Amino acid sequence: MFEDTLQVFIQGVLRYFEHTNDRDVKVGTPYLTENTKPAAYDLSGIIGIAGNNRGCVYFTAPRILLKHLLMSIGESDTSDANLIDLVGEVANTISGNARSEFGHEFMISVPVMLEGAPGGIHLPQDMRSYVIPIYWKSYHAAVVICLENN
Amino acid sequence: MLPIMIVDDSKIIRRKIERCQDASKFQVVATAKNGAEAIQQFQETRPSVVTMDLTMPEMDGIECISNLVAINPDVRILVVSALSDKATGIEALKKGARGFLCKPFTEDDLVNALAELTEDCHV
Repeated sequence: MFEDTLQVFIQGVLRYFEHTNDRDVKVGTPYLTENTKPAAYDLSGIIGIAGNNRGCVYFTAPRILLKHLLMSIGESDTSDANLIDLVGEVANTISGNARSEFGHEFMISVPVMLEGAPGGIHLPQDMRSYVIPIYWKSYHAAVVICLENN
Repeated sequence: MLPIMIVDDSKIIRRKIERCQDASKFQVVATAKNGAEAIQQFQETRPSVVTMDLTMPEMDGIECISNLVAINPDVRILVVSALSDKATGIEALKKGARGFLCKPFTEDDLVNALAELTEDCHV
């Protein structure tokens, strides 16, 4: 995967957090990981990708980060249902924004939300993923990109 | 007051739009979480303004826009979507949308977009 592709998603992460009340987000150095051990925090929002690319993009975060993120966008109801909704919406926003660079043939699915164990995320075993670490407040999260060209 | 319907599969986005819109100008008369639900709500409540997500289950926003415009060609539809490519924006406008606001958005972004969408509407 080219550096330019990663940069598109890094910009998407930065753009998302810049629209919250606490914009001080940092993105770590992306790294490769084996799909046999997918990165995951408490909740993940997964977007399937089709068209000119194949694979998935997901946003994964601990509940505590999602609670603070909800509050930073003015939502006082931090119930689990809203945390799950939010993790999917972040994934959808970052993936959808990538179409400004990749075009409309970068087709995205509605988000699928998963809770808990990394084992719930099934990635193609013959591919590897790039993990973009996210640091916001004192919390860690990540965007994970598993894509190949069609 | 202009009756407005909010269509988005995310409850937190629907609530955000409800909170952010200019309460002196708009009255939320319906919300919907997909295109099919939006058409039903539209026929029942007849809003003159709609905010429309595009990526939704069951019926997506592009198909829903066509249906709403067929019911009421004068409806003002603001697309509020993360899909930021030009082709999608153009397709939505061709189907009958009149504005496009890219997610993520701030309160000011939404207020300004709705104001522009309805500047010639009489409240």
